[in-house]
Amino acid sequence: MPQIFHSSANTIAKASIFGVVFLVGAIAWVAGSVQRSPYVTGQGEVRDQPVPFSHEHHVRGLGIDCRYCHTSVESSSFAGLPPTQTCMTCHSQIWTNAQILEPVRQSFATGKPLRWNRVHNLPNFVYFNHSIHIAKGVGCATCHGQVDRMPLMWQHASLQMNWCLQCHRDPEKFLRPRSEVFNMNWQPPTPEHPDVAHGNATSQLELGKYLVKEYGVRKDQITNCSVCHR
Amino acid sequence: MRQGTIVPVDINPTRPLRRRLGGAAVALSLALVMAMAGCRRNPDMAEQPKYQPYQPSEFFADGSSARPIVEGTVSRDEHRVGTLLYTGMIDGKLADVFPFPITAADMRRGQERYNIYCSVCHGRLGDGQGMVVQRGFKQPPSYHEKRLIEAPVGHFYDVITHGYGGMYSYAARINSEDRWRIAAYIRALQLSQNAKTADVPADVLQNMRSNQK
Ligand code: HEC
Ligand code: HEC
Ligand code: HEC
Ligand code: HEC
Ligand code: HEC
Ligand code: HEC
Repeated sequence: MPQIFHSSANTIAKASIFGVVFLVGAIAWVAGSVQRSPYVTGQGEVRDQPVPFSHEHHVRGLGIDCRYCHTSVESSSFAGLPPTQTCMTCHSQIWTNAQILEPVRQSFATGKPLRWNRVHNLPNFVYFNHSIHIAKGVGCATCHGQVDRMPLMWQHASLQMNWCLQCHRDPEKFLRPRSEVFNMNWQPPTPEHPDVAHGNATSQLELGKYLVKEYGVRKDQITNCSVCHR
Repeated sequence: MRQGTIVPVDINPTRPLRRRLGGAAVALSLALVMAMAGCRRNPDMAEQPKYQPYQPSEFFADGSSARPIVEGTVSRDEHRVGTLLYTGMIDGKLADVFPFPITAADMRRGQERYNIYCSVCHGRLGDGQGMVVQRGFKQPPSYHEKRLIEAPVGHFYDVITHGYGGMYSYAARINSEDRWRIAAYIRALQLSQNAKTADVPADVLQNMRSNQK
């Protein structure tokens, strides 16, 4: 009987054993990457809105404080979105004929709220709270990025558990003085510009360590599952 | 050429082996894909049948799950209606006293709130030259006008609470205590624009001078 397989089949058979291991690894890797990719997390995706509201114009251009519109961010879990009346404090007199503001005037006239499309949305099984982060010196920009450079809002961070935890494990890498939480352009101290008011810190790490102590951040507790999954 | 690793005559044993290997590979990757699918978040947990703040709702006519507060509702914090703290008035006339002593901490809070809510129009100095005014909003009067310097503090409380002409009410965003603190800070602004060196305490003055150098 003639040989059906050429002897090189040996090598193929062996290679395919390794091949399978490799393939499984590759599938796992692709799966992992897809899970973490912006495609799944929505990171960096610009969301269209009923009115093209620009944080760049209102925050950087006009210098309006976040709290003028996101009133409850210091005191509650929810940052709050501005009611139409807040827009109208200015737009009753500014850009009163602009077509893009028609939905705002419509909403003010009828009392039917504007429907903003949510940009950030954690799954319901995660508990998040703004006020504690603001009180302990986590800047808006640390989580939301340079909002004052966003003509339309997008999600800056992945909002995955891993992202929350990299800070909950080492908060000192991120904390800033409370007074700078709303500052979009804050820079950590350097040896040339030490933070005199906060222990003469000359780096983010030094400042962070000082603030963890000063603000009583419960470093040993905030990695517990029940903090975020209640 | 190497020979002899595969039994040369009867190849049947290798065939099923290869098929089994291939099958195993397919099964393994299928299992992985299925495991991943199993790991996919349970949609009922991620989107639970409850309203989150401001979530839309088809149930109510205005399309919002958040219900507007009934007209005339009094906040539990503000139930002491009729007192100076909540009306800014004494016996129906705008008061010229504060309902509580203003401390340095109150003043700092007033400054912070003023810069958030008022400075966009009235300017950080209270001169009515805020950024929004520079873009075409009606210019408010300067706080340093004689009329407003002479106005009782209750007037500032009243304007924040009820609005004034082209200015909307800020009552929904600023609580009563903070309104008084802002009024106190406006008083400080008014003083600051007409202050003389002699008004500054000696130690503060020294500090200012050394900072200037
Ligand atoms: C003039 C009002 C105004 C000011 C000031 C303002 N915002 Fe907003 N913000 C809005 C409105 C309206 C929306 C909803 C539309 C959108 O998502 O762009 C919004 C949305 C957002 C969102 C996304 C919410 C979501 O859907 O997940 C973030 C984050 C945010 N703002 C952060 C900030 C920060 C940080 C500041 C201060 C630097 C700020 N905003 C200042 C009005 C304002
Ligand atoms: C404190 C005053 C103020 C408030 C509050 C405010 N705006 Fe504006 N808005 C302005 C000014 C001033 C301009 C003109 C911008 C310029 O000249 O750079 C403007 C411009 C705009 C424009 C035109 C496009 C652009 O970005 O230049 C849109 C759209 C707009 N605003 C939407 C809104 C919405 C929606 C709200 C409520 C969430 C709001 N604004 C709240 C002052 C305000
Ligand atoms: C520790 C990170 C973090 C910080 C700091 C932070 N945010 Fe957020 N923000 C989030 C997350 C996460 C969400 C999504 C919440 C959800 O889906 O329930 C969010 C949502 C929002 C929203 C949408 C409404 C809401 O509350 O869900 C607004 C508006 C907002 N943030 C504004 C701000 C402003 C203004 C600041 C600074 C004062 C700020 N955030 C600071 C993480 C942060
Ligand atoms: C940049 C840093 C940072 C990020 C990112 C961050 N946190 Fe936090 N978080 C903190 C700090 C600091 C505290 C305050 C801890 C304390 O009070 O001692 C805190 C506290 C909390 C608390 C309150 C804990 C309690 O016991 O009251 C919750 C809940 C929470 N974080 C959830 C989240 C979630 C969910 C995310 C991700 C979506 C997140 N955090 C992302 C820094 C961060
Ligand atoms: C700092 C906040 C925080 C802490 C602490 C935390 N988680 Fe999470 N967890 C999250 C967030 C945010 C998500 C959602 C991630 C996403 O949307 O992809 C999540 C998602 C999960 C999921 C995935 C659910 C799914 O179907 O995708 C599991 C499981 C989980 N967490 C378990 C745990 C366990 C176990 C612990 C304790 C060891 C823990 N978590 C601690 C914030 C936290
Ligand atoms: C959107 C712009 C805007 C903002 C923000 C604003 N104001 Fe005004 N304010 C005005 C305008 C315009 C007038 C003049 C109204 C008129 O005469 O029609 C005014 C008038 C006043 C007056 C003078 C009333 C009089 O007797 O003439 C006071 C006092 C005042 N505002 C206080 C405040 C305080 C305090 C805040 C912050 C809580 C504030 N305003 C925020 C626009 C604004």
